[in-house]
Amino acid sequence: MKYLHSRNRAILSEMVRTDFKVRYQNSVLGYMWSLLKPLFLFAILYVVFTYIIPLGKGIDHYPVYLLTGIVLWNFFVESTMIGAGSIVARGDLIRKIRIPRYLVVVSSSLSALINLGLSLIVVFIFALFNGVTPSLSWFLIIPLIIELFVFALGVSFLLATLFVKFRDITYIWEICLQAGFYATPIIYSFKSVPAQYHKWFFMNPMAQIIQDARYVIVTNTATTIWSTIHSFMTIGPFLVIAVIAIVGTLYFKRRSKYFAEDI
Amino acid sequence: MSDKKEVAIAINDIHKEFILPQSKNSTFKQTVVNIVKKNRKVVQKVLDGVSFEIDKGDFFGIVGRNGSGKSTLLKLIAGVYTPTIGSIDVNGNLTPFIELGVGFNPELTGKDNVYLNGALLGFNRRQMDVMYRDIVEFAELQQFMDQKLKNYSSGMQVRLAFSIAIKAKNDILMFDEVLAVGDEAFQRKCTDVFEQYKANGQTVVLVTHAMDTVKKFCNRAVLINDGQIIKIGNPKDVADEYSRLNQVVIDKSNDKKNKGIEKNQDAGQHIEVRMSKSKNEKPSNSFLVNERVRLSLCWIEKMSGEKMILDLYKNNGVHVSSFTCSTFENNKVVRNGNRRKAIMTVNLNISPGGYYFAATLVSRDFTQKLSTLNPTNEFSVLKDWTRAEYVFNGLTGLSHEWIKE
Repeated sequence: MKYLHSRNRAILSEMVRTDFKVRYQNSVLGYMWSLLKPLFLFAILYVVFTYIIPLGKGIDHYPVYLLTGIVLWNFFVESTMIGAGSIVARGDLIRKIRIPRYLVVVSSSLSALINLGLSLIVVFIFALFNGVTPSLSWFLIIPLIIELFVFALGVSFLLATLFVKFRDITYIWEICLQAGFYATPIIYSFKSVPAQYHKWFFMNPMAQIIQDARYVIVTNTATTIWSTIHSFMTIGPFLVIAVIAIVGTLYFKRRSKYFAEDI
Repeated sequence: MSDKKEVAIAINDIHKEFILPQSKNSTFKQTVVNIVKKNRKVVQKVLDGVSFEIDKGDFFGIVGRNGSGKSTLLKLIAGVYTPTIGSIDVNGNLTPFIELGVGFNPELTGKDNVYLNGALLGFNRRQMDVMYRDIVEFAELQQFMDQKLKNYSSGMQVRLAFSIAIKAKNDILMFDEVLAVGDEAFQRKCTDVFEQYKANGQTVVLVTHAMDTVKKFCNRAVLINDGQIIKIGNPKDVADEYSRLNQVVIDKSNDKKNKGIEKNQDAGQHIEVRMSKSKNEKPSNSFLVNERVRLSLCWIEKMSGEKMILDLYKNNGVHVSSFTCSTFENNKVVRNGNRRKAIMTVNLNISPGGYYFAATLVSRDFTQKLSTLNPTNEFSVLKDWTRAEYVFNGLTGLSHEWIKE
């Protein structure tokens, strides 16, 4: 992507600022909801999965383990769903002014990223309450988030471009996300999956990212791609991300010239 | 004018086509159906080989009828659309105002919206900080800036948007019909700003229908019709050509309408109104302001001593004038069996616009309506560009005379 010219940076920051200001308009607690939402979600999941369906038996700090997965997955859902619709939703701008089209998609992903940051604060607080020992490895979450962001952005570019022409895309993607939720070890752990399938599960970038995040934040007993696969297949999820990001960006770039007339 | 002129915008042989699918492929089902049925796509040529240059310091007008391709051209220059063939070189930073207040968000405060709109126009926060006070002052909205935009009246929103537009200085400014909105005070403000631009040698591109604006400000103009340049150069020539073009279209459409009305009359209408420029000319439906027009009225007699009342209405329903012809007193009424015919001439000292007549035949004492015709075919009164004194505002130009006492 091009070097961010100062005027593009200004557009980006104003768009993200607007997104954020508008999001919690007229709600009493305002920005607090960015923290409260993951908090309550977590409380529900905690009750369900420790008392009703105890899937988390035998996993250290299962509540934090679960929350980490949920928070990262939610970011992926939020940024790709909003990103997919972003070009069409901002049709008024695109038809009337020349701004680099990719800014619209990037700004929606950035808004989701800020939410992820806030949610992660909750995760860390919970980790401390739950008795997880803080360590320097927590910082390794940063490269993982960058990886996740690139993945989500690539998917968003692809979907946003497709959505301009085919409005069915968001419905299809919603179903894919539902399937993806269960195909990714978020609420269950790798221990309930037969070992011979593990490597295939890890071809899903979300599985790799979430397991790595759990490893660096919660417990080093978490199964990761590094402890499972010892061959060239470890590049699998990264290859998936690279292909999607490149295809998505190129396709977006090619079609973006015609967005104004296609919307 | 200096000899060496720098080109601000060069437009090189632009072609623009839009592909219009039979039905838009926005769902997979439709796409599949369209592929299976082999629905042909319709290609609409909007611009067909347009080239011209706009120099630095030009106040350049782009005019054309609706659907002529001028707005497409503007969007191409602004970089919103990409040309099918050809290229556009813009030398300098360009701020397009295809619409005022693009990206305004009703949930944000006036202040936030200024910064947002400014960013979209290419100014960062620091640059906007410098301009902010000026913008607010010009909009006269100091005490409202912390209010949400949704609580602004529409007039206030336009004022704010326009202030940003004119304070956000850039090398080239481009306006699309912005003068069409706003009340008179606002339009006067726009005019002042345009005058300033002209005096400062600011490069401005203006797309408009208002020929007086073109004549007043532009030093060059181009007329586009059906995607091609009809005329380029002197704004007065371009404006005249534009008026002529409109005249042709109005005549055509009025002819069509009249055919319909004549049929109606055959079906039992008893009153007919015809207008022409003189006795020997065929009926027309467009005239110039202050033109003397011959009007002939034909009807079938219902009662002796009847009166014909002819009412002139503006097409918005305003009753402009009324003429009464009493067959009892008026010995100029031509009698032929039970057919009656009256002719009058009338000076159309009324403002440009669409008008129609309604005619009512009443008994001598006005108590009985004998027959009516309403409304007649609409006719148009057009500005007369050759006579400045005939351009007036308001409904009519009252006859007057300046005297010295």
